[in-house]
Amino acid sequence: MSGGAPISTADERIVLAHGGGGELTQRLVAERFLPKLGNALLSPLTDSAVMDLPAGRAAMTTDAYVVQPLEFPGGDIGRLAVCGTVNDLAVMGARPLALSLAMILEEGLELAVLDRIVDSIAAAAAEAGVVVATGDTKVVERRRGDGLMIATAGIGEMTGDVRQGPGRIRAGDVLLINGPIAEHGLAVMSAREGLRFETDLRSDVAPLNGLIAGLLACGADVRWMRDATRGGLAAVAADIAEASGLSVELDEAAIPMTRTARHASELLGLDPLLVANEGKVVVVVPDSDAAPALAAMRDHPLGRHAAIIGRVTEARPAVVELATRAGGRRLVQRPYGEELPRIC
Amino acid sequence: MSRPEAGRLAERLRAACGDGPCVRLMEVCGTHTVALFRSGVRSLLPENLRLVSGPGCPVCVTSQGYIDAACGLAGRAGVTICTYGDMVRVPGRHGGLEQRRAEGADVLVVYSARDAVRHAAAHPDRQVVFLGVGFETTAPATAAAVLEAQARGLENFTVLSGHKLVIPAMEALLAAGDVPIDGFLCPGHVSIVIGAQAYAPIVRDHGKACVVAGFEPEQMLAGLVRLVEQVRAGRPRLENVYPVAVRDEGNPVALECMYRVFEPADAVWRAMGTIPASGLALRPEYAAWDALRRFDLRIGEDYDPPGCRCGEVIQGKAEPRDCGLFGSECTPRRPIGPCMVSSEGTCAAWYRYGGRVAAGSPAA
Repeated sequence: MSGGAPISTADERIVLAHGGGGELTQRLVAERFLPKLGNALLSPLTDSAVMDLPAGRAAMTTDAYVVQPLEFPGGDIGRLAVCGTVNDLAVMGARPLALSLAMILEEGLELAVLDRIVDSIAAAAAEAGVVVATGDTKVVERRRGDGLMIATAGIGEMTGDVRQGPGRIRAGDVLLINGPIAEHGLAVMSAREGLRFETDLRSDVAPLNGLIAGLLACGADVRWMRDATRGGLAAVAADIAEASGLSVELDEAAIPMTRTARHASELLGLDPLLVANEGKVVVVVPDSDAAPALAAMRDHPLGRHAAIIGRVTEARPAVVELATRAGGRRLVQRPYGEELPRIC
Repeated sequence: MSRPEAGRLAERLRAACGDGPCVRLMEVCGTHTVALFRSGVRSLLPENLRLVSGPGCPVCVTSQGYIDAACGLAGRAGVTICTYGDMVRVPGRHGGLEQRRAEGADVLVVYSARDAVRHAAAHPDRQVVFLGVGFETTAPATAAAVLEAQARGLENFTVLSGHKLVIPAMEALLAAGDVPIDGFLCPGHVSIVIGAQAYAPIVRDHGKACVVAGFEPEQMLAGLVRLVEQVRAGRPRLENVYPVAVRDEGNPVALECMYRVFEPADAVWRAMGTIPASGLALRPEYAAWDALRRFDLRIGEDYDPPGCRCGEVIQGKAEPRDCGLFGSECTPRRPIGPCMVSSEGTCAAWYRYGGRVAAGSPAA
């Protein structure tokens, strides 16, 4: 494409020159990013965004996003990046304020795909009430970039008297989750080349800061929170056991899961406890605060199916056990790596 | 929602076992092994009912020689290996496919044999080799892939067949006679293809109880109840408690497809040696898609990694906790034997769901 032509026809793709720092780079930013993401911090395109922070403590986080396919039922890599960053701040009890966004584009990426993903970033940021304060783009050669990779950082304001930490977990505390598990991982897998199966599964990817703010405001003594992403509910339960030195007992019958997700897990031979979520938070509160915490979570649209799913016990050694639907018991362990569908 | 039916069946199972001598049942298939743990059914079994895992995990029964041959192929210029995920992590003599891939070999994880065919069609400059492993559940799909490659005239697609047949392995185990087994919990999904009647020789010739069951807790418990009742009554029979999915004659279309492309051949099973007519080789008419012929390959010797007892585990001769490496040197993070690699492997299931703790652990 020549430097002077507008970069907007339907089948156009990212070329190396988009990352060259010249006119194409400038126009990529001006025509495709700023109209959707622009705000007082980002739009001047200064080398750093300069902002006022509320007095007090701040939380900062960073994360990188690679996912195939880039777009999947219920979300895409852009929504994932915004929500993942927001959620990492929110579970620390921070109010997310601003994000940075670095996008590594692969030569050949369709501009139409990029446009949809930027739209999705803008929508997710608006939903979460955060701004993209600063950004960067780079282009890598074909086959060296997986289409699009995103790195973010996020900054948030620590609010009120948040004292949560694994050291505050006590035997007798209960675990809550805000809704059905395993949907993100299964939705992404269902969209993957070669595994495509028809399902109405959608990723649960969502910003949890609103739900968490409501929970913290209800007055329940939140001992500890973590979003259950990679490694699923099992990894968070294992975190609790490891960090507190106490055991966790999960009640399979109480763990929310849709029938579709259950069937899809069975079909693929996956343990739903190990499958990733992107819009689920596990919360530990004292037994006496379980009812108000549950009510506060259910008050939020992302927590309508919130449930009490287990409790912390003194059993030694510190393990995670599942009381199964069938009336049996078994251990729950942190998964080794990516869960792969079984052979037969 | 809990499952009261499972509780009732567990009660019936305890009643059937009574206080008689120990009943030893083999769950043939890795999917049952995992489902029995995952659902907690194992923790409900009375003490005088022992479940031993059988040779039904596709990755676990694959001989080390096959793994080494696949790794050798992966090292060749121009070759792309397409494989199911679990195979990637099985260690070979000089590292497994995972290491080959890290060193630059083109190893692609696929979810079906058809994907490998598609990959071959899209990459005519590469020789694409699909690692065909698994039992009658996956073999028809591999056969269909070969037929598709033939129809599309693809000359850069081949199959390295490690496919195996379930019944000959069960017969070989019984013929060896060194594993006391009273009956078999037969796998629902293989049986969908081969049909319940396929187990008739096990009952007729060996006098062992056979019950075909699905993978839901209630289905597995119902299967175990029938098995124990048969054993206690001294009247071994063939029963199918999964009639919704499994028919007596199986799936004739899948079988026809499988036997059009493959023929039974002697096969080397990990630690069990060569079992006559227990594997599937490509028929001469399909030699063009046979990786053994295309690359003039020979499958080398089988061997166990030093100290590894996977061979005994897949024959029900040892439990994972009997192996000195289990849970110490050999873990899912750094597996030594295939039973720890595969998600369907007995050792992986014990490690993940039963704990590293030996006797006395709740699920052991």
